Amino acid sequence: MSTTDEILTLLKSVCDPEIPVLTIVDLGIIERITISENGLYIGILPTYNGCPAMDLIRMMIYEICYDAGYRNIKIEYLNSPHWTTDRISNEGMEAIKQYGIAAPSASTRIEQLISGQSSVSCPKCHSSHTRLISAFGSTACKALMQCEDCQEPFEYFKCNGLR
Amino acid sequence: MLKDQSPYFRFLVQLGDDALILSQRTSEWCGHGPVLEQDIALTNITLDILGQARLWYQLAVDQTQDFKDEDQLAYTRDSREMTNILLVEQPNGHWGMTVMRQYLYDTFKKMYYARLEESGQASISEIAHKCRVETTYHHQWSSEWVRRLALGTDEGNDKMQHALNTLWRYHQEITQDSEADIAMLNEGITVTPSMIREDYQQEIKTYLESCGLSIPDIRNEITGGRKGIHTEHLGYILAEMQYMQRAYPNLEW
Ligand SMILES: [Zn+2]
Repeated sequence: MSTTDEILTLLKSVCDPEIPVLTIVDLGIIERITISENGLYIGILPTYNGCPAMDLIRMMIYEICYDAGYRNIKIEYLNSPHWTTDRISNEGMEAIKQYGIAAPSASTRIEQLISGQSSVSCPKCHSSHTRLISAFGSTACKALMQCEDCQEPFEYFKCNGLR
Repeated sequence: MLKDQSPYFRFLVQLGDDALILSQRTSEWCGHGPVLEQDIALTNITLDILGQARLWYQLAVDQTQDFKDEDQLAYTRDSREMTNILLVEQPNGHWGMTVMRQYLYDTFKKMYYARLEESGQASISEIAHKCRVETTYHHQWSSEWVRRLALGTDEGNDKMQHALNTLWRYHQEITQDSEADIAMLNEGITVTPSMIREDYQQEIKTYLESCGLSIPDIRNEITGGRKGIHTEHLGYILAEMQYMQRAYPNLEW
């Protein structure tokens, strides 16, 4: 008998293609799972409107559910509620850090970053002496930073939540 | 074909058209930016705005039988059926010109989406919220660059003033109401572009003057985008953007 837990377990093996250590469950984009005789429905929240990974993620979800024997799979983007970085789980935050990306922190929203009041600490040496290079990084969710102490450039997962 | 559609549909399509054409324009910078970080920044902004166009179009196609999806809206309409404002189809020019166009667009859209977000329609309000959050971020980038370029050197200031003068007559349209905007007042949407004209003009005046620029005294506005009357530039944009679907109708990747 299928349960939503079973689906969740399946989805935990799907990672964000842009941060391949972060599962889409920990990223917090899975909003709704419904299983009925009519098939499987999964509602997901897009992170950023134009994020090119979203189409890929949808395809990956489809494939893994199909391979697990599900049919009539419908995967839909929901415009509400809005995804924010608050939806990332504690495990997700840990995975981001392990990957070498500074995790989102409400004390450094982008306004503070741009005005030079960064309190992001360097993922390499943990110095808080860092500066913003560009508010836009390699993907929509990240900003580009540099550590003033060890000089290492690194990425910061932009915070758009409260936590 | 577009004129036979409901005001609700046309309202959504004009929002989508502004975003689609601007993103097509700014995508031309991909790989050509002045420095790598800013090339990446503008490409990120481009993707966001293209994503916004998709959201408006997706909602629009739910209102009609004549278009099946957002691709059909983007790839099968001719210039007379495109309802974007003229500002967004203007050529990129130099980096400062692109930045100035982006600044004017972001400033207006940021204010407009904030008001649209408060409007009664849930599905519109949800998209407006997402657009407002992203546009606020873009606005920080574009306004910072206007300041940096205009206050840098005399040459930079001249170029930014020239950019502002060049774009000025095309951009007045941004605060004009289309028929669809006005019709939407009866559909629970409580804001039209002209309602925020004063706030918008005040904001850009204050900011641009703080950057050592002056508001041009140019009165001959060029308008018509919302009615499908475009400058010659749009045809070239569409020719490139729509080429594949025109040559191979219904082609899929
Ligand atoms: Zn460091």
